[in-house]
Amino acid sequence: MRILWLLARRDLGQAWHSAGLWLPVAFLLLVASLYPFAVGPDAALLRQTGGGMLWIAALLASLLPVDRLVTPDRDTGVLDQIALRGVGEEMIVLARLIAHWLGFGPPLMIATLPAAALLKLDGGTILLLEAGLLVGTPALAALGLLVATLTAGLRSSGALAGLLALPLAVPLLIFGAGTLGDGSGAALKFLGAASLLLVAITPFAGGAAIRAGRE
Amino acid sequence: MTQAALRLSDLACLRGGRMLLRGVSLDLEAGGSALLTGPNGIGKSSLLRICAGLLPAFSGTVERRGGVTLTDERLALDIEQPLRKALGFWARLDGVDDGTLERALEAMALLPLGDLPVRMLSTGQRKRAMLARVIASGAAIWLLDEPGNGLDDASLGLLGAAVSRHLETGGIVLAASHQPLPLADDVRIDLRAHAAEAESA
Repeated sequence: MRILWLLARRDLGQAWHSAGLWLPVAFLLLVASLYPFAVGPDAALLRQTGGGMLWIAALLASLLPVDRLVTPDRDTGVLDQIALRGVGEEMIVLARLIAHWLGFGPPLMIATLPAAALLKLDGGTILLLEAGLLVGTPALAALGLLVATLTAGLRSSGALAGLLALPLAVPLLIFGAGTLGDGSGAALKFLGAASLLLVAITPFAGGAAIRAGRE
Repeated sequence: MTQAALRLSDLACLRGGRMLLRGVSLDLEAGGSALLTGPNGIGKSSLLRICAGLLPAFSGTVERRGGVTLTDERLALDIEQPLRKALGFWARLDGVDDGTLERALEAMALLPLGDLPVRMLSTGQRKRAMLARVIASGAAIWLLDEPGNGLDDASLGLLGAAVSRHLETGGIVLAASHQPLPLADDVRIDLRAHAAEAESA
C-alpha cells in the first residue's frame, strides 16, 4: 500500500510538471468554445447536441496524454528499476491508473461546467453529464493507459494508440452520451459496467504488456 | 540474515532470434565478485538483465538469494528534480532512511551536488548518481553494467572503495565491462569463450 502511494504520488508529480494535466482541460474548453461557431448560436440546437459533443471532446481529450504515460519511463529505465525492487508490473500500472485518473477525471469534470455554460446546457443535463463523466472517466483513463502500455516503445506510437483506442471507446461514447437522453438510468449502469471492466483488466493487461515489451 | 548467493548454471541467452551465449555458469557466495568481459554486443548486458530477473533465460537457471540491484546506461532519475530528491524517491521505494542515502551520496562524492537538478549533471556525475542509488539500495547483489563508463580516475577509486566495502559486508558484485576496472574480482569470465556462434552475416 505504501509502495502504491509512493508510485502514484510520483506519477501525479510527473503529470503536474509535464503538460499532462492542463492539456485535456484546454482541449475540452477549446472544443466547447468552437462548437457554437460551427453550428450557429441557436440555443435550442446547442442544448440538444452539446452534451454529446462534450462526450466526444472528453473521449478525444483522454487520448492526448497517452504518449507520455508509459514510454518516457520505459525509455529511461524507471520501469525496470521499479521492477527490480520486487514491485509487480500490475502494481506499477495500477498506481499509474490511479494517478492518471486523478490528474484527468476531476479536472475534466470541473472544466465541463464552463463548457456546459458555453453550450447553453440546462441544469438537469449538466447533472447527468457530470454523473456520466464521474462513472466514465475511469474507463477513459484506463483505456488510455492500456493502449499506452501496449504501444510503448513502438514508432509513431501516438497515432497507433488512437487507432487502437477509438474502437474500444465506442461503447463508452454510446453509453455515456446515452445517459443524457435516458430517464431510466440504464445507460449509466451500462457505462458503469464497461468502466468496471476496463479498470479491472487494465492493471493485468498493462502489466503483461510491459513485461512482454522488455528487451 | 541469510547469506547472499548468486548461482548461474548452464545459462543460455537468446536475443532477437540469435543465440548470444550458452553454457555460462557462475557460483558466487557472500563476499564474492566476478567480472564479465568481452567485446561490445557479446551479451554482457543481456546476461546481467537475466541475472536481475528482467529477462527470461533461454535455458539454464538463475538462483538468487538476497535483494538485487542493477545499474545500466539508463539514468532512471527525474531530470527536473534536484539530485537528492530524485534519489530520495528510490530510497523511499527501497525503504531505507535518509542517513543511508546521505552516506551513499558521500561515498560517491555527490554531497555538494545534492541540490542541483539532475539535468545539469555531467555524464560522469550522472554515472556516480546511479552508483549512489546502488549503494543506497541496501541490496546484497550488485549488478553493475559498465560501471566505469564516463568516470574519471578519482571516481573510479571511489567505485573501487565502495565495491570493496560491499564485499567485506557480505555482498556480491557482478560487473560487466569491456575495459579494465580497478575492482578486486575473484572470478573473471571472458564471454568470448561462451559465444554461441560467430556473428551471422
